[in-house]
Amino acid sequence: MREINVKEITEKVAQLCIEANCLLGEDVKKRVKEAIEKEESPLGKEVLKQILENAEIARNEMVPICQDTGLAVVFLEMGEEVKVVGGNIYEAINEGVRKGYIEGYLRKSVVSDPFRRKNTNDNTPAIIHCSITKGDKIKITVMPKGGGSENMSEVKMLTPAFGVEGVKDYVVKRVKESGANPCPPIVVGVGIGGTFEYAAILAKKALLREIGSIHPDPFYAEMEKDLLERINNLGIGPQGFGGRITCLAVFIEVFPCHIASLPVAVNINCHAVRHKSIII
Amino acid sequence: MEIKRIMPPLTDEVVESLRAGDRVLISGIIYSARDLAHKRLVEAIEKGEKLPFELKGAIIYYVGPAPAKPGYPIGPAGPTTSGRMDPYTPILLAHGLKGMIGKGNRSEEVKKAMMKYKGVYFGAVGGVAALTMKKIKQVKIIAYEDLGPEAISELVVEDFSVIVINDIYGNDLYELGVKKYAKI
Ligand code: SF4
Repeated sequence: MREINVKEITEKVAQLCIEANCLLGEDVKKRVKEAIEKEESPLGKEVLKQILENAEIARNEMVPICQDTGLAVVFLEMGEEVKVVGGNIYEAINEGVRKGYIEGYLRKSVVSDPFRRKNTNDNTPAIIHCSITKGDKIKITVMPKGGGSENMSEVKMLTPAFGVEGVKDYVVKRVKESGANPCPPIVVGVGIGGTFEYAAILAKKALLREIGSIHPDPFYAEMEKDLLERINNLGIGPQGFGGRITCLAVFIEVFPCHIASLPVAVNINCHAVRHKSIII
Repeated sequence: MEIKRIMPPLTDEVVESLRAGDRVLISGIIYSARDLAHKRLVEAIEKGEKLPFELKGAIIYYVGPAPAKPGYPIGPAGPTTSGRMDPYTPILLAHGLKGMIGKGNRSEEVKKAMMKYKGVYFGAVGGVAALTMKKIKQVKIIAYEDLGPEAISELVVEDFSVIVINDIYGNDLYELGVKKYAKI
């Protein structure tokens, strides 16, 4: 068994929180640059240019891209040959979030109870999704998720008869109803299959894919392409000011499901699809 | 694209000259306020108390910034969703508020009040908060300090970039834009 000390995990999580919030992914930047060429609306072009200018300032001054530095969603992939020593790994992750959000001047956006709503002042607890993998490494992904776009997300239990077209119609409808709220251009994560809760996790995981990557299954690659086109035909445009570019990418993740179900989850993200990973 | 420049306090003439879709640069003093501050402002009006700043001609920015790094007046400061302020907005417009900056749709009541009392709603680009931060030169808390990040601050801005979403003539850029570019 390979031993990893929790101290190292805390340090790395802190660093990932800061980097994810301040450094916009190169894949996003590349897609926004292409979008400027395609955008027909002058206002839309202006918004897209501001997104790139903003990313430069954030990178140079190490300040967050957006003031909503989100809830810290953490994907933890634990190799089965790893032994964590020196403490509890969940506590270590939360300590890392605390450190990252305080030392990185990130906004603390977590309340301790849904109704009594007192700020925890250190952005903990993180939302941690853990899975066990082969090998002797740990992979940690930190994904800060803003409230504006998360609030536009939804899980729907469709039935098999809805089929491909029914699912596509539902996804497009959800994006249309979101309008300007999730700060378009957006990235859409779609989770299809599994169970009620698993579809939502699939949708969130879908958002981690690199923009520009093509789904390995041609059936879903086609569906992603089609959805992207239909969403961009809505005309919502950058920031909802009207235009060609409403969406930068649609990513689908699927899983086997019950004979009677067709769960679909739509997780909407703004252009600030922030995530950073590390393998220890 | 033509860019209009305005300085608060806004007069009726300035507000009348703005149209949905205009690009506007604001320089001067604007006020930050969000949910809880709005609640207090409305309570103060209802009790007939004096407000912490002159509402006539004022522009309010719906914002909840990230913490300021040492040496910075403010942290990244993009707009928050305006709809949450809708219930409080008509009464503020009736008392002289002329401009609001945020993101997302407004309610029918707010749109009607904007036409009746001559107020405009500006959209700032969401998610470009570091860029927005650069346009805010000074920050001073002027009221409700006990609300922490929701206190009202006076912000001195320079060339703060916004787009007119709702003008006083009933136009709404969110509707006009989608109509113009939708391909169905
Ligand atoms: S939706 Fe995204 S860009 Fe918009 S305010 Fe929230 S985190 Fe920021």
